[in-house]
Amino acid sequence: MGERWRRASARYLPELTVTGLLAVALLLSGWREPRFWDAAYLFDRSTLHMETGLLTLTMTLVILAGQIDLSVTSILALVGALLATLHVRFGVPMTVLLPFGPIFGGLLGSVNGYLVARRGLPSLVVTLATMALFRGIAQILLGDRSVMMPPEMVGIERVTLPKSYLHAPLLLLIVATVAAYLLLHRTVFGRYVTVIGVNPEAARYSGVPVARTMIRLFVLSGAMAGLCSLLLLSRLGVARYDHARGWELDVITAVVLGGTSIFGGRGTIYGSIAAFLLIAIVQTGMGVAGVKAEIQVTAIGFLLLLAIFLAKVTERGR
Amino acid sequence: MSKPDGSVLLRTIGLSKAFGSVTVLENADVELRAGEIHAFLGENGAGKSTLAKLIGGIHRPTAGRIERDGRPVTIRNPREAASLGIGLIPQEPRTFPDLSAAENIFVGRLPMRGGRVDWKTLYGRAEELLRTLGVEIDPRRPARGLSVADRQMLELAGALSLDARILLLDETTASLTPGEVGRLGEILRRLRSEGKALVFIGHRMEEIFDLCDRATVLRDGRIVGERRVRETTPDELLRLMVGRAMGEAVTRKKVADGPPILEVVGWSQPPRFRDISFSIRKGEIVGLAGLVGAGRTEIACALFGLSRPTSGEVRIDGRPVEIRSPEDAMRHGMALVPEDRQRQGAFLPLSLRENVTLSSLPRLSGRGWLREDDARSRTTEWVRRLGVRCREIEQPLRQLSGGNQQKIVLAKWLETGPRILLLDEPTRGIDVNAKTEVHRWIAELADQGVATLLISSDLPEVLALSDRVLVLRAGRLVREFAAGEATPEAVIAAAGVTTEATVR
Amino acid sequence: MNGFRWRRETPLAGILLLLVVAVSIAQPRFLSPENLRSILLWLPLLVIVALGEMTVILTRGIDVSVGSMLGLSGMMTAMLLRDHPEIPVPVAALFAMAAGGGLGAINGGLVAGVGIPPIVATLATLGIYRGATFLVSGGKQVDDYQLPRALAGWSSDGPFGADIVPYVVWIALLAAVAMQRFLTDSRTGRDWYAIGGDPDGAADRGVAVRPRVFLAYVFSGVGSGLAGLLYASRFGTVNPASIGNGFELLVISATVIGGVSIFGGSGTVAGVLLGSLLLGTISVALAVLNIAETWQSAVYGAVLLAALLADDAMRRRLEREERG
Repeated sequence: MGERWRRASARYLPELTVTGLLAVALLLSGWREPRFWDAAYLFDRSTLHMETGLLTLTMTLVILAGQIDLSVTSILALVGALLATLHVRFGVPMTVLLPFGPIFGGLLGSVNGYLVARRGLPSLVVTLATMALFRGIAQILLGDRSVMMPPEMVGIERVTLPKSYLHAPLLLLIVATVAAYLLLHRTVFGRYVTVIGVNPEAARYSGVPVARTMIRLFVLSGAMAGLCSLLLLSRLGVARYDHARGWELDVITAVVLGGTSIFGGRGTIYGSIAAFLLIAIVQTGMGVAGVKAEIQVTAIGFLLLLAIFLAKVTERGR
Repeated sequence: MSKPDGSVLLRTIGLSKAFGSVTVLENADVELRAGEIHAFLGENGAGKSTLAKLIGGIHRPTAGRIERDGRPVTIRNPREAASLGIGLIPQEPRTFPDLSAAENIFVGRLPMRGGRVDWKTLYGRAEELLRTLGVEIDPRRPARGLSVADRQMLELAGALSLDARILLLDETTASLTPGEVGRLGEILRRLRSEGKALVFIGHRMEEIFDLCDRATVLRDGRIVGERRVRETTPDELLRLMVGRAMGEAVTRKKVADGPPILEVVGWSQPPRFRDISFSIRKGEIVGLAGLVGAGRTEIACALFGLSRPTSGEVRIDGRPVEIRSPEDAMRHGMALVPEDRQRQGAFLPLSLRENVTLSSLPRLSGRGWLREDDARSRTTEWVRRLGVRCREIEQPLRQLSGGNQQKIVLAKWLETGPRILLLDEPTRGIDVNAKTEVHRWIAELADQGVATLLISSDLPEVLALSDRVLVLRAGRLVREFAAGEATPEAVIAAAGVTTEATVR
Repeated sequence: MNGFRWRRETPLAGILLLLVVAVSIAQPRFLSPENLRSILLWLPLLVIVALGEMTVILTRGIDVSVGSMLGLSGMMTAMLLRDHPEIPVPVAALFAMAAGGGLGAINGGLVAGVGIPPIVATLATLGIYRGATFLVSGGKQVDDYQLPRALAGWSSDGPFGADIVPYVVWIALLAAVAMQRFLTDSRTGRDWYAIGGDPDGAADRGVAVRPRVFLAYVFSGVGSGLAGLLYASRFGTVNPASIGNGFELLVISATVIGGVSIFGGSGTVAGVLLGSLLLGTISVALAVLNIAETWQSAVYGAVLLAALLADDAMRRRLEREERG
């Protein structure tokens, strides 16, 4: 038993580190601010968006496969701009457009997938380019305007499960987390993603459909961004070209903090979501304490370094 | 300054090296003398490269010691080796493509003047070095686009610029054309006459007898003999190289006489291989022999859809098929156990279960969902059948020995139930017991009807297992032997290891 | 094949020339002194940071914190000049470079010392430096009237009076020339190429890999620091929320368009200059052609993609030729 536990803890060291930090953050926040234990208050004050959490899930898969997708937040903005344009200029009802959120997102993601998987270009540069391109097209479509969403579309965060604090976006995040967990750890696709990250050459030699898996991965990443676009449109009530700008850094930070190797091959959904919660709590805690959002990023940066230091130090100790 | 010929510049005493639980070199004693070209001979995996890399500072020994001019020394890295006057020229030269040829020679110690690179001195010295080597490379041109031979010359020049007294050339001729080999030979002779101690690693007898003064033969990580080249014959060296009895005789039950399953007709992929035609019957093992670089691995990779030939046809069960990817190959019942286990076969951080079942996931899943119970029972079954020594099937593959890792890679492919098995160096770097077990399995699979292409540098292995042996030389099939007529000497002669000059 | 060299700069210069010609035909006003000047004014910030970024990318790294380093050192320098207007601008420039160099040294320490992957280390400091900009400034911006006139003069006046080429552009060109010399003539510069070409091979040959990589990040910081001062000079107001925010994307784009290989070991100052110039020209051309500014980002993205694909196609053709 002891031996088994020791091995498991060595293997999941990053996840344990994040869990520990999360516990410390919870206790500290709760001690400083008793209201913190009030779930309603916590969710209400959470400055970190559920969209970030959702994107963290797919980004975990992308980074696990040894890739990166910087363009997700631009896809998010562009899908919003496309839907808003179709709605306002061509009068397509928003309810009809809803399924096209993920669909458009997936199509945009397939552009990344094609360039990375079929043309063999590095995903860092490809998605850097599409990040500018997609955001730019959104800007061409909308300019600096805020396009209002119809009232029936607005306010998803006020929909809650009866007799609970669970609002719809949070519920969605929980469902998506479970789905991502199952996808990564229980499906053939998830296994392929992992082995491609561990050793892409051996994956090819083993008959793993590397290119196809990679394209699907980027499509999935884009589709999730499209879904998040709907969520954001509903929460904010407007479409803008600069929606979610810069959030990709929060997303990548959460994934790396959660123990996913930036070189691919290692990582868990649990670690990512725990890191997302940790960041959310730290930010909420700082928000309660009156720390400006701009300064909160410093704390997140330190958190990231701290997690990597801890992992490195313990690794050496072994 | 230069010592009289024959004085010992470097001596290794009981040098040993193990990677994890696999011993690749044991108790090696050699002496490198001034004014001598000393050959390290042996099959792939015999330990000759390892010995050179220990002297060159690339690896560190697990036991034993090295003496330079009679004084014990520790060589922790290539830089320390260089400071002791030791230079190692690797088979694949290290090149900095955007630096000039001259800079490639002097990288890390460019001549400086007033805080700036002294280009005049640099180019002058490079030109001089290249001239003494007798090669025509413009020292100003970037190294990008230079041939392997030219880049090896840059490495050699780099070692010489450090006043290296001991030069180790690791399979330097493997990827050279005959003309380039000839030129290299002249250079080596000249260096010998200057009193340097040279180590030449290779396995082409013609080169050994043309160039070398002394030969040390290694087999299975041990030195099995040292001869003065003048006092020996190719036959004697070959017997030393391959003269091992098989661990246990493998007996084949049946004779394959059905129609061919796999036929390859007029296959070419220049410059790797040309006009290759052969076939394999159900239950037949066809050995593919030849030197490293003769195109054996390339043929296997092309069959498996990892690269495309430029012309020719493959037929399976008599019907022409198009194989564009490993997935296509697998659909036709093929499996490839690749040459480089670490890079192409194994997923070291993943569990045995994840490794064994990877290529069979479509079968071990339902609608995309993994069926882990089946995966576990299949893995347990293979671990038992192949006698894999492990703690549990959930432990990472990394923790297993080389031989057991290889069995897991083999299990990954056997689990797919192949009809055509392509084996590329299936027993490289694994211990004798594991080797015997793998041999038994190859024979048993053939008896069950699997058509097997066996690529191996281990001649006794090829000869013992194969029904027919094809010999590949410089990308062409040059001989075919039936099981009875193939002897190590005949195969080696056909592969181009002769005392005659190579014909192209 | 011997002696043939594929220069990435050649097609880039061709595209730039084509662009200039095409836009001038469509709108002759494009070649007016004001427009040329605004193209040139694009250069200083972008080029100076991109030169630093290039050194990092040469060593197979990446520095995504350049925008934040620019912001923090620009903010500190602006505050210094606000509180001590008597300090000469060149001294302030040295201060800015030192501040940036210090920040770069932290990145270098994390990457070369601790061994954290470059993207992760600089992602962390991106956040840290951005927040620190707020901390030191208290969230308040420095306005143009609070800064010495001489600072703004760097962007408006030139050595030959108020002509087309202001001081900041000369500074950028000087930096480019100095960097060119450094990359081609110093041991460190040559070692950067060697490390990017083959890190293990370079270490084997006695290249001090870690100190060299460390220095590349310091260079990146120094460039960002100087650019921070130039930012204050050009825009007058220094706002902690906007200074340098997102600048890393523009910089990495200019570098990659300029042909600096993301895999390390390959790239030239001329390429970086051309890449920056191309981005600047596109920006001004859009304005001249009356295309809304909103098109800028999309065009940048498209150009970066095109550069990637063209480079890839060229490389493939070259490999084919080399093989056979």
